[in-house]
Amino acid sequence: MIVQAFAFYLFAGILTLSALMVITARNPVHSVLFLVLAFFNAAGLFVLLGAEFVAMILVIVYVGAVAVLFLFVVMMLDISFADLRRGAMQYVPIGLIIGAVLLTELVMIYGTWSFAPDKSKNLAAPVAAFVGDTNTEALGQVLYTNYIFAFQTAGLILFVAMIGAIVLTHRTRPGVRKQSVSDQQARNPADVLEIRKISSGTGA
Amino acid sequence: MLQIGLAHYLTLAGLLFTLGIFGVFLNRKNVIVILMSIELMLLAVNINFVAFSAFLHDLTGQVFTMFILTVAAAEAAIGLAILVTFFRNKGSIAVEDISAMKG
Repeated sequence: MIVQAFAFYLFAGILTLSALMVITARNPVHSVLFLVLAFFNAAGLFVLLGAEFVAMILVIVYVGAVAVLFLFVVMMLDISFADLRRGAMQYVPIGLIIGAVLLTELVMIYGTWSFAPDKSKNLAAPVAAFVGDTNTEALGQVLYTNYIFAFQTAGLILFVAMIGAIVLTHRTRPGVRKQSVSDQQARNPADVLEIRKISSGTGA
Repeated sequence: MLQIGLAHYLTLAGLLFTLGIFGVFLNRKNVIVILMSIELMLLAVNINFVAFSAFLHDLTGQVFTMFILTVAAAEAAIGLAILVTFFRNKGSIAVEDISAMKG
C-alpha cells in the first residue's frame, strides 16, 4: 500500500511538473522533451492501475510517433521562437481566470459526485468475465467483438490522416532532375534523331 | 491519504486538463505548443477513462482510451502537416497570421 501510494505521488508529481514545463518552457524542443516525460509518467500511472496494454501503447504511439513528429517539425521550421513568446504575458491573467474557473468547476463536480448504488449491474465489459486472461487478451476480446466496427473506423481515420498528411505536405519541386521512366520509354528514335549525309569539306 | 482512490486520479486529471487549457492561453502565438497543450488535455481524458475502468472493473474505458489515442495521433499528424504547409506559404506560424480566410 505504501509502495503504491509512493509510486502514485511520484508519477503524478512528475507528470504535473512536466506538464507545467511543457507550457512554460521557452524553447519548444524542451517542451517536446517534457511532453515525452509526461507521457512516460502517465504510462507509469496506467501500469499502476493495471492497464498494461494501454500503458505500452501510450509509450509506443505518443513517445515513439507523436512526440517524435513534434520534435521533427519543431526542428524543421526555422522560426524565432523568442518572437512568438513576446507579449505572451498579457494573456496570463485571462488564462489563469479561465483555468481557475474550470478547476473550481471540476472540484465542485468531484466533491458532490458519487457512484449509482447499482453500478455493478451496468458494466459493459466486466473484468470478472476474463478471469485468468492477461490485460492484453481481455482487451483484445472486447475490442474485436463488441467494438469491431469502431475499431475499423479508427483504422479508417488513421488511413485518412495518413493520406491527408501526404497530400498536404507533398509538393513537386521545379528544377529537380528526376528519372521519368515513362518518358524514357515513350521516346521514339525517329522523333529525336536525324541522320544527315555530310559531304567532305563542308560543315554540318 | 495513503489509500489511493479514484478521487486521486480524477484530481490529477483535472489538474492536467487545466494545465492544458492554461497552456493554450499562455502560448497564444505558438501553434506547436498549442497542439502540445491539446495533447496534454487528451492525456488527462485518458487518465480519467483508465481510472474509471480500473475502479469499476470494466474494460470499456481502456477500449475508449485506445480510440482517443487513435484520434490524437491522427490529429497531431494532420495538424503538423497543415502547420508545415502554412509555414511554407507564409514563413511564419504565429496564430495572428492565420487569417487568410477571414475575408
